[in-house]
Amino acid sequence: MVKKSSGTQALLVGTVKGGFLFEGDAARKKWKLAGPFFLGQQVHDFRCDPRDGKTLLLTASGGHLGPTIYRSTNRGKTWSEAKAPPRFGTLPKKKKSARATGSRGFAVKTDFFLMPGHASEKGAWYCGTSPSGLFRSEDGGVSWKGVAGFNDTPQWWDWTRGGSPGSPVGALLHSIQVDPRDAEHLYLSMSSGGTFESFDGGRHWKPLNKGVLADFQPEKYPEYGQDPHCMVLHPAEPDRLYQQNHCGIYRLDRARTDTWERIGNHMPKSVGDIGFPVVPHPSDADTVWVFPMDGTQLWPRTSPAARPAVYRTRNGGKGWERLDAGLPRANAWLTVFRQAMDADRDERRTGVYFGTTSGTLWGSRDSGEAWNLLAEHLPRIQSVRVAELR
Amino acid sequence: MIVHVGSVLYEYTGGRAEVEVPLGRGATVGKVLDALEQRCPGLRFRVIDEQGRIRQHMRLYVGNESVRDLERAVGARDELHVLGALSGG
Repeated sequence: MVKKSSGTQALLVGTVKGGFLFEGDAARKKWKLAGPFFLGQQVHDFRCDPRDGKTLLLTASGGHLGPTIYRSTNRGKTWSEAKAPPRFGTLPKKKKSARATGSRGFAVKTDFFLMPGHASEKGAWYCGTSPSGLFRSEDGGVSWKGVAGFNDTPQWWDWTRGGSPGSPVGALLHSIQVDPRDAEHLYLSMSSGGTFESFDGGRHWKPLNKGVLADFQPEKYPEYGQDPHCMVLHPAEPDRLYQQNHCGIYRLDRARTDTWERIGNHMPKSVGDIGFPVVPHPSDADTVWVFPMDGTQLWPRTSPAARPAVYRTRNGGKGWERLDAGLPRANAWLTVFRQAMDADRDERRTGVYFGTTSGTLWGSRDSGEAWNLLAEHLPRIQSVRVAELR
Repeated sequence: MIVHVGSVLYEYTGGRAEVEVPLGRGATVGKVLDALEQRCPGLRFRVIDEQGRIRQHMRLYVGNESVRDLERAVGARDELHVLGALSGG
């Protein structure tokens, strides 16, 4: 059976200057713009709660103002601000070593990544921040608390190298994934820091980075410290993870092993396997899309040879297809950030969408076979999320 | 006491550039901001982080004096300015 959107399909687009909502028609051909929301604020993530199809959460920070999260339940007509946005704990009065206090004493600079909680946990959300912190809301994003098992553990200091910057916008915690079979089984990734797994709802965490290269440091295969750019749990097979890393594309079949396999080795050498996003197909665990970027010499992170293309594997990474019909043929130095690519739930003719740092929004109605320009002249795009609005 | 705010904070002041707040005994810049938070919920965290530090691109002035210390005493004749710094792009 082909799953299609049960509501109004929308693209929630976060940009460096605000949020935009593109509401699609049934054919996904015409897109009606709403917004911008919070013009002038930096939006790193903008998502809809799939459990109700109504609740929209948007992260915002100003060039001046501190970070916060806004919430709407009427497609952005009105918004309310979180009463208690994510914030780290303060240092204990009795002096302890910095290591013993974990993230205490740090200040959240950016609310970077949003993820709805398990389907059974109505109102539960997770947020990843910069510096790397994990936060949870149980009331639909109104109030947030740090996940102590991650933020306050002494190991936080090792895993995040003392909260040191990892990316140009700072150390990032992202790619929070919830096992659909078990609300207590969680994954997260940090850039940098690596990927971690918890079996008890976040009270304890272990590194999950075997086989993942860290070519930017002397020890090439450390226990943690890698730089995953984007990690996804495949909705069709929750034991299968994919990650687009600073050092390649990887797959992990968790039920079988704890060692990642570099499936990016099967990409064309002239293109390489460096990029930010990886997007899973809604029902085929062997299919994902990536957007390769130039990771040679000075790491420009633009389309290799200025010829942009999406690549797709349909066999779990053994082989890759180039999908560039409709995209610029030359002289296009596109960059797509880790949260700026997504797919809808149509199993046969999957809608795939991505936004660029040059403010163009692209979409395909046939699983990437052909691409159409949906919008241009937007501010730098930082996130693109598919939503089914009800 | 009159608190002048920059346009980046109008979302919290209902578009007003000035907000009057009561001044208690032993008033400090920090206490004025607490009083401002009562009038304009959510404003303080956008200006002061969870560790009590003024955010990097925000500026506080008492009169013409730039202030970084929230313990700085203020009096009834003072005016506090809470402004976005000249930064960004």
